[in-house]
Amino acid sequence: MIVVFGVFLLTLLLITAFAIVRTPNLFVAVMLTGIFSLLLASNFFLLDAADVALTEAAVGAGISTVLFLGALALTAERETAPSSNRLIALLAVSVMVVAIIYATFDKPRFADPDAPVHRHVAPWYLEKTPDAIDIPNVVTAVLGSFRGYDTLGEVFVVYTAGIGVLFLLGKSTARRQEDLDDAPRGLRHYLIPRVVGRMLIPFILLFGLYVQFHGDYGPGGGFQAGALIAASIILYALLEGENRALRVLPRGLLTGLIAGGALLYGAVGVAGMLLGGKFLDYSLLADNPVSGQHVGILLIEAGVGITVTGVLLSIFHAFAARGRF
Amino acid sequence: MTVFATLLDILSWLLLSVGGLFVFVGGIGALRMPDLYTRMHAASVTDSIAPILIIAGIMLQAGLTLASIKLVAILLFLLLTGPTASNALASAALLAGYRPGNAKPLDEEARQ
Repeated sequence: MIVVFGVFLLTLLLITAFAIVRTPNLFVAVMLTGIFSLLLASNFFLLDAADVALTEAAVGAGISTVLFLGALALTAERETAPSSNRLIALLAVSVMVVAIIYATFDKPRFADPDAPVHRHVAPWYLEKTPDAIDIPNVVTAVLGSFRGYDTLGEVFVVYTAGIGVLFLLGKSTARRQEDLDDAPRGLRHYLIPRVVGRMLIPFILLFGLYVQFHGDYGPGGGFQAGALIAASIILYALLEGENRALRVLPRGLLTGLIAGGALLYGAVGVAGMLLGGKFLDYSLLADNPVSGQHVGILLIEAGVGITVTGVLLSIFHAFAARGRF
Repeated sequence: MTVFATLLDILSWLLLSVGGLFVFVGGIGALRMPDLYTRMHAASVTDSIAPILIIAGIMLQAGLTLASIKLVAILLFLLLTGPTASNALASAALLAGYRPGNAKPLDEEARQ
């Protein structure tokens, strides 16, 4: 049954992908990418990857769509006709597709218990997590502790992306800030979306915090929570105007959050070293190794959440300051 | 007890099927109706009734558990956001100059 449903979702995914490529209207393409992400999230969930599904739904379907719309407000709505040689592009894509399809022949069968990924380190993680870390969500244990270096790298990728966007787009913001301060912005004259949106924002924030701190026990963690918290602030900015959102979380504070979260993560690692262990070794952070792991994972997840919130909001404000919403 | 459980199963099955039917009808309406507002009407009205039926059906399967409480929260969220989104879409369309009663297909209208 799950296979049938998975094939159905993948078929929809293909149709959506073709529609995105075919439509000349960029607004339609943006909306379709949102649907694409949602379908992909459902697929991940079918494959029992709830953490990834949550990230894909929050970032792909939620924040990316808003950012795409922000970018779209700066350009035209219709795609310009491609001028370069399309035959070469077709050839290049065809070669890539054939190569990728050829590569899939070597993949293990779906849900094969003998697949290399299930025989390498995964059994060891599953076996060690209850003893060494003692949290129910093994994904968080792997992400936060066993492979803490990888996650540190991911946080710095997010950090770098945020800084990069600020370098590219953040320059003109100061100039435009003053002359827009009094202009009516956002959806302030749309009563119903505003009332309902205001009602929902606290609950979205609450859910974001739940996802942040419940990551040890269920799907969730810093990446997903950061996206959700950023989404609630973006909703506030869309309803009440960008300036009001900036009054709550000014640009300087957002930049601080970007650096602060990454710093917190790194500081947890250095704290482990100062206490006589290795970098990112949480075992020494508390009286016994297991609670040390809990403290470490809580802190680094907080760092991840802070950085992701800061980066997503900074990117949103960078786009919004240039556009008209 | 088993009779009761079977009855619950049948009721849940009925709710899920009727909810699915409403989604289906809404989908047909969104494709077949003549202009933007009638299309939205078809989709938004069924989108309000279908979650009620479907989530009620799932709740009967879940029983009195934490899952049911989460489902209630999801239902409340859907009932608040669905009509609001329809309202926002309709008022945005009106502001953008779409007038009700225009029977031309949307694609042609967009090309003009």
